[in-house]
Amino acid sequence: MYRIASKKSLNPTVTQMEIEAPLVAAKAKPGQFIILRVTPDGERIPLTVAGCDTQKGTVKIIFQIVGGTTALLNHKQEGEYLQDFVGPLGVPTKTEGIRKVCIIGGGVGCAIALPVAEEFHRLGAEVTSIIGFRNRDLLILEDEFRACSDRLTVMTDDGSYAREGNVTVPLKEMLEAGETFDTIITIGPLIMMKFVVLTAKPFNVPVTVSMNPIMIDGTGMCGGCRLTLHQNGKNVTKFACVDGPDFNGYEVDFDEAMSRGRMYADFERHAYEETCNLFKKV
Amino acid sequence: MAINPKKHEMPTQAPEVRAHNFDEVALGYTPQIAEQEAARCLHCKNQPCVQGCPVNIRIPDFIAQIKEKNYEEAYRIITQSSSLPAVCGRVCPQESQCESKCTLGIKFEPVGIGRLERFVADWHNEHGAKAQERPAENGHKVAVVGSGPSGLTCAGDLAKKGYQVSVFEALHTAGGVLVYGIPEFRLPKRIVAKEVDTLEELGVDVQTNVVIGKTLTIDELFSMGYEAVFVGSGAGLPNFMGIPGESLKGVYSANEFLTRSNLMKAYRDNPDTPIMKGGTVAVVGGGNVAMDAARTALRLGAEHVYIVYRRSMQELPARKEEVEHAMEEGIDFRLLTNPVEILGYDNPDDRRDPKNGFVTGIKCVKMELGEPDARGRRRPVAIEGSEFVLDVDTVVISIGTSPNPLIKNTTEGLDVNDHGGIIVTEDGLTSREGVYAGGDAVTGAATVISAMGAGKVAAKAIDEYLMKK
Repeated sequence: MYRIASKKSLNPTVTQMEIEAPLVAAKAKPGQFIILRVTPDGERIPLTVAGCDTQKGTVKIIFQIVGGTTALLNHKQEGEYLQDFVGPLGVPTKTEGIRKVCIIGGGVGCAIALPVAEEFHRLGAEVTSIIGFRNRDLLILEDEFRACSDRLTVMTDDGSYAREGNVTVPLKEMLEAGETFDTIITIGPLIMMKFVVLTAKPFNVPVTVSMNPIMIDGTGMCGGCRLTLHQNGKNVTKFACVDGPDFNGYEVDFDEAMSRGRMYADFERHAYEETCNLFKKV
Repeated sequence: MAINPKKHEMPTQAPEVRAHNFDEVALGYTPQIAEQEAARCLHCKNQPCVQGCPVNIRIPDFIAQIKEKNYEEAYRIITQSSSLPAVCGRVCPQESQCESKCTLGIKFEPVGIGRLERFVADWHNEHGAKAQERPAENGHKVAVVGSGPSGLTCAGDLAKKGYQVSVFEALHTAGGVLVYGIPEFRLPKRIVAKEVDTLEELGVDVQTNVVIGKTLTIDELFSMGYEAVFVGSGAGLPNFMGIPGESLKGVYSANEFLTRSNLMKAYRDNPDTPIMKGGTVAVVGGGNVAMDAARTALRLGAEHVYIVYRRSMQELPARKEEVEHAMEEGIDFRLLTNPVEILGYDNPDDRRDPKNGFVTGIKCVKMELGEPDARGRRRPVAIEGSEFVLDVDTVVISIGTSPNPLIKNTTEGLDVNDHGGIIVTEDGLTSREGVYAGGDAVTGAATVISAMGAGKVAAKAIDEYLMKK
């Protein structure tokens, strides 16, 4: 069992927790993920590591309440326990040789983008961050990003805070103005990452995307997290859990990934409603 | 008394009943049937059956004890060689191992050794003396990676010799393929849990949620004080066919489909983990895993289930008993048939149509058997112009796995072969001193008992290595 050391609401739909898991905390690097289960018969869900405290032996996770399991997780309080917590899984984000980086986060993806930005900042790279949200109420981690970025642009889709528009707008402006980056790293909704790739393409800037497909074991056994990469004119099957979650954005088949991500949409909606109703009754 | 030419039938649930539940298919011998079956054993001097068993269980000796109704003694004899009798009695391919060597089998049906083993193990689990004697500790620590059949066997054998053994399991439940792969109706999970409990009583420390190669590396295990490591990490990533449509919604690897049902309990009502139920299902492949997937799909409520296999019944690698059970339950075998494309729903007028991207069918081609290949199996060749479509909602690909790269990638000096399998000596020793390996991580997908055999061999070698040290 894994104790919840702290819990904090970042916005109405996004919660941050620190979980006591010393073995994971000692090892986890930015870009890696964990898998947890809330209850004995619960679902396994992957969440990217949002930070670690090796002294306290805790791992920070930030999650959006989207389905039954995340609703259940959000109902757990500080001092309570999670059934299972395993990691760190996946390959850490590559940082070698990158001196100038643009980090682009969208929504709850910013929670995963932050430790990556912090790591580059710690390594002395020049960090430009663009973070985007649907509206002001959903904004998270602005101060944290400001602290580790040489430049930060905040965007909201509806203009209710900072600049109006999506994250590709300032990216395009910068690239058109002749700005260059060793790489762009983008983490967020698939549709956003797809458009970041399309925006960067004419300027030949490498783009790394962080994929978060449906997963079960997370250790290279089930193959549920497979995605298709287009490499040298060939379709290659890769597994996000052991080959990723970071991939070359120019190679990823986003349309397929988006379609696969919706496989259990009905089930998820059901599970979410049922869990919420359960809590209402209690 | 004349010898009964036939094995005593295994009592089973009727096909039309069991096709709709996840309870065990085979119900097990009663003491009376077991004694009658035991009486068929000729007790031949040369004991060929023992040679046919990968862990060399003293078969005639335990059978003799059944005749005398000394079931507990029969159990004790089996456990001298096997750590998981209730499992092996159920899932071993006895027809190609011990029973294939049975002298009685030359003229008649061989003795039902597997059924008798199961009877003894079940009898013990229900009536037997509980606590085993915990052996005196010898002060040496060994780490076992993976809690599947090879790891549990290796851990059990070493614990019996007094080693302090820790088993590290990546998933949340111990048992490996016995838990995530083999379905409830063939191997109830309470039986696996019981075998794991038995090992824990022996002093084995089982740690779940530890991924060796990620949470800890093999080198770290040595620095933590373990003097030898056994790697039984199992088969790895599922293979796909490389045909169009394999990423459509409704296409599963057998590993994913079975894991959702077995480990995550998606077969229960209102599960937390979803799985596609009902409709028409095609399972591609002809091994035991394919049979398990097909029969699971049926029990999840499928109206029709196909097995699509490119060779003929003669080459079908699954156990005969599993194939027979599947046929009795109504699984539709489409042999000499090979998929060329998986078809999906696509509404060009409405990109947001929720049905878009879901499987609608599987396009296949008919095959005929050509010249034998290097292994003597006749190579299937496509018959030109024979394409046809099976309308299905779900496709399960069950064509094998490739070894997991996690340990190889994080263990310097650990040699693997072209297929990614860990290279070992006869004793299970890898290219790293003190690191042993066995089971599917070495051989690629094989049987539970051969993995157990490898765990046993390695345990012996580890003991000799540490005693010499």
